[in-house]
Amino acid sequence: MAGTGLEYKGVSQIYGPIMVIENVRDVGFDELVEVKVQSGETRLGRVTEVTRKAVTIQVFEGTSGLSLSKTRTRFLGKPLEVPVSMEMLGRVMNSFGEPIDGHPRFFSEDRRDINGFPMNPTAREYPRDFIQTGISAIDGLASLVRGQKLPVFSGPGLSHNALAAQIVRQAKIRNESEEFYVVFIAMGLEHDDAAFFRNSFEETGAIKNVAMFLNLADDPPVERIITPRAGLTLAEYLAFEHDAHVLVLLTDMTNYCEALREVSSSMEEVPSRKGYPGYMYSDLASIYERAGRITGKKGSITQMPILTMPNDDITHPIPDLTGYITEGQIVLSRSLETQNIYPPITITTSLSRLMKDGIGKGRTREDHADVASQLYAAYAQYNAVKSLATIIGEEGLVSRDKEYLRFGERLERAFVNQGRDENRSIEQTLSIAWDTLAQLPDEELTRIHPQYIQQYLPKIASEVK
Amino acid sequence: MGRRQQKTQAKGSIIRVTGPVVEADGMAQAVMHELVAVGSERLVGEVIRLDGEIATIQVYENTSGLKLNEEVFGTGNPLSVELGPGLVGNVFDGIQRPLETLRERMGPFIQHGQRVVPISRDKKWFFTPASKVGGVVGSGDVLGTVQETGLIEHRILVPIGITGKIVNLAGEGEYTVTETIATLRVNGSEVEVQMLQRWPVRQPRPFKRRLPTYAPLITGQRVIDTFFPIAKGGSAAIPGGFGTGKTITQQQLAKWSNANLIVYVGCGERGNEMVDVLTSFPQLIDPSSGKPLMQRTILIANTSNMPVSAREASIYTGITIAEYYRDMGYDVALMADSTSRWAEALREVSGRLEEMPAEEGFPSYLPSRLAEFYERTGVVETLGSGNRAGSICAIGAVSPPGGDFSEPVTQHTKRFTRVFWALDPELADARHYPAINWMQSYSGYIGNVSAWWTKEVTKEWDSYRIQAMRILQLEDDLKNIVKLVGPEALPDRQRLVLETARIIRTAFLQQNALDPVDTYSVPLKQFKMLKIIVDFHKLGERIVSRGAPLFKVTQLPVLTDIMRMKTAVPNDKLDQLDEIDRRMHQYFENLEATMR
Ligand SMILES: Nc1ncnc2c1ncn2[C@@H]1O[C@H](COP(=O)(O)OP(=O)(O)OP(=O)(O)O)[C@@H](O)[C@H]1O
Ligand SMILES: [Mg+2]
Repeated sequence: MAGTGLEYKGVSQIYGPIMVIENVRDVGFDELVEVKVQSGETRLGRVTEVTRKAVTIQVFEGTSGLSLSKTRTRFLGKPLEVPVSMEMLGRVMNSFGEPIDGHPRFFSEDRRDINGFPMNPTAREYPRDFIQTGISAIDGLASLVRGQKLPVFSGPGLSHNALAAQIVRQAKIRNESEEFYVVFIAMGLEHDDAAFFRNSFEETGAIKNVAMFLNLADDPPVERIITPRAGLTLAEYLAFEHDAHVLVLLTDMTNYCEALREVSSSMEEVPSRKGYPGYMYSDLASIYERAGRITGKKGSITQMPILTMPNDDITHPIPDLTGYITEGQIVLSRSLETQNIYPPITITTSLSRLMKDGIGKGRTREDHADVASQLYAAYAQYNAVKSLATIIGEEGLVSRDKEYLRFGERLERAFVNQGRDENRSIEQTLSIAWDTLAQLPDEELTRIHPQYIQQYLPKIASEVK
Repeated sequence: MGRRQQKTQAKGSIIRVTGPVVEADGMAQAVMHELVAVGSERLVGEVIRLDGEIATIQVYENTSGLKLNEEVFGTGNPLSVELGPGLVGNVFDGIQRPLETLRERMGPFIQHGQRVVPISRDKKWFFTPASKVGGVVGSGDVLGTVQETGLIEHRILVPIGITGKIVNLAGEGEYTVTETIATLRVNGSEVEVQMLQRWPVRQPRPFKRRLPTYAPLITGQRVIDTFFPIAKGGSAAIPGGFGTGKTITQQQLAKWSNANLIVYVGCGERGNEMVDVLTSFPQLIDPSSGKPLMQRTILIANTSNMPVSAREASIYTGITIAEYYRDMGYDVALMADSTSRWAEALREVSGRLEEMPAEEGFPSYLPSRLAEFYERTGVVETLGSGNRAGSICAIGAVSPPGGDFSEPVTQHTKRFTRVFWALDPELADARHYPAINWMQSYSGYIGNVSAWWTKEVTKEWDSYRIQAMRILQLEDDLKNIVKLVGPEALPDRQRLVLETARIIRTAFLQQNALDPVDTYSVPLKQFKMLKIIVDFHKLGERIVSRGAPLFKVTQLPVLTDIMRMKTAVPNDKLDQLDEIDRRMHQYFENLEATMR
């Protein structure tokens, strides 16, 4: 679609982030619009409806300061595009891909439509390769696989920021010869948090492999709707044109969804659950489904969206719709956090659906699947014993149950719990897992192949020596 | 036919664009549900409302860039699917565009405005005639056959609505789908028939009459076949919150059920799940025929990031293809994952039409659309001579918001389906898979299929499943007491109930889809396993009532074998189960002897 280039003066209506212009010709649905405010400032918007009478425009930076008579509008004849470039690594950008870190502009290698195109399912390649985050509870029990989308469900005030920063610093693929980058997308972030992330990446030097897209809490909400799309457009460029493995962190998706709700209600759309728009599932899918691998291409896009569950409620539409799209979830718990366990990852509800194909011999280690399955089962048993203990008292427990209590406590304290700078290799993670399993009587280890017990269980291994 | 209509076909221009919904003026000639080409890119659309000169169109592709005054052309045809050899083993999007071909043409991402025919026009098929020149044939009669895949013999039927005398019939040989394979004299004029036929997706294909359902669809999933069976021609809902196991269950059914043909509709779900099916099915071998499962599978993949209106169409595309194979006399099983995404697509379009919303923003016609869909299932006597019976069974996943079953899609689906497999997040969290809750689920086909089990497997099927269900029921009743006082406080008889229930749950109901043996159990294995467990309970009860301490029962040495039999005993070595059964009886006999 070629832009008409015509500039229109004056608009007929303004409400919320929306403005309506009458008597314009040749405008396309979804087209990008440049809005000139009387102060001389330029904003961007997109066409959300065209009718014979008028064109409706959503202004990304909001409509405050716009007047009916003095606003000038130009239709650009194309959808919103952002620059993409290898030089964006190590840099901090706004939602439009423009640098905001005070360093000189980078050379933009191309400009791309932020919406991308849906990946043809037959062109996908099934995700199979492990990414090491250095976090035992993730690597050991809910492993992240290249091309997967695995969200973190947190709650207000829990330590998800520390976890996100740690993952960015530590994440790596096992094959060192391939490029690995992080695209960090922040939506509605407080200034303090933004500074925390930036410092954390800069101090450790991680920043050189990170491209940061920052939308701050006081930036207009509509802009938040484009931030993840801008970041993912760069991720696709790095992954599918530069053969890189790209890990995309998106935080906080709750802020994103709130912006979506705000925009939807200002457009007077019929709301669905809790006022969120009925199309929120599809909208989130248009972000999350951009994770993946493509047959015949080396690179991959892996996503870790982070969200805070309002009231810690996992059935709230934001975690709920996210869980319906992603391939598992990592759930943080307030009770572990209050016990000072970091990261406060709940074992029972956390799950990586693609783990089964991404671990094992040649990927992590041959005993990994059995160990994980045994830890899950034993931890479930621990929980059952714990609730039994609340009825009959710990003294009343049989000795086997007492061993489960010790096991569970140790799993939380030594395996899940780790330092904020502690980067554990998968071998270290598995070895802590075996130390923990050694708390249990051997005959309880029914889910592990006897050969691995021989080889890895600490007491047996030492007896052999 | 096409040419005559062209003169009167609508040609209008766009007056409004809002998301996937477009309005066009000058469309007085259009008819409801007509397929139209929208704008300079000729996007595929369907007329969904007519008001004077103005047609409202739902567009099945991304409408970015569409402008006012761009032209809209009617096609004279309703939204239809192409039917003929070349469907099986393929993947289509919601409006039946072949995704493999799209990928070859435009690479890994789907761009809009691409026209590709669903069925290859170049491929030649070996046709074997099954009728004779001079014979009189009617709708549904078999003109000839084509071996479409190793598993599917494609029967080329006389198109619906045609009766006549065969004046010409192709001989054995290779033909493309557009070559004429038969000429019929119909009311004095000649009608040419090709292998390629079309049918409007929103119109059910006709049949002679409905037949009662009788045979179970054997799925190899113990909780399903033994406790909540589905019949061939039946309908089932599988509701559950995220991660409770809808997709895995549907995939298990697609893999192991004894239908002739599987239509798997990925409706608004994940791309990676589609690749999973695409990469695993060609490797998996159908247990009865030894051929790859892909040879009996058709995939409709309209993932969540593909246009939402095509998601709405995908369900109809799927069921129409299912009906076409049913009409050949096959038992077809259709999986729809997830019908909630389809309902949401309805809601989204309805919202753009500014229709009055009913419950939770869904349009008031949601229940009737669901009913129409499930009405298309059933066992039927097909058109054509020879008393052919065919069936469609539909299994719809439902994704209730927050996992709450009181929402409209779950509730209405419940009204129109006869099996309800309620997935339980607590079971899923405890890694009890399939997380089908045995207290909330039900099947309306038990009466129908019990005759089959009695005849094919055992006379005792009813009795054993009822006894097992009773034990689970008793456990459920005892659960609250146990929560208050702990299990130790219960009398031995009741603790035995808890113990047996635990065995039923872990050794029978839990079934690991990823385990090579456990993934599928033949009916006889299911029955033998259940019998062992229920007999254990009966023998245990007897001995406990005679005063034996409970630990004598629970320390039964074969118990470990019972716990492991699902994975340890392969489907073709069922005598190992008899051995376990024998050892168990022996143990109890000895025990009883010591007590005398
Ligand atoms: N029968 C089974 N055997 C083994 N694992 C299972 C089984 N059923 C479910 N699971 C586990 O549960 C996970 C989620 O299952 P599934 O993808 O079927 O959920 P779902 O209900 O379709 O979720 P969503 O609504 O998000 O699509 C699987 O990845 C697998 O780990
Ligand atoms: Mg699913």
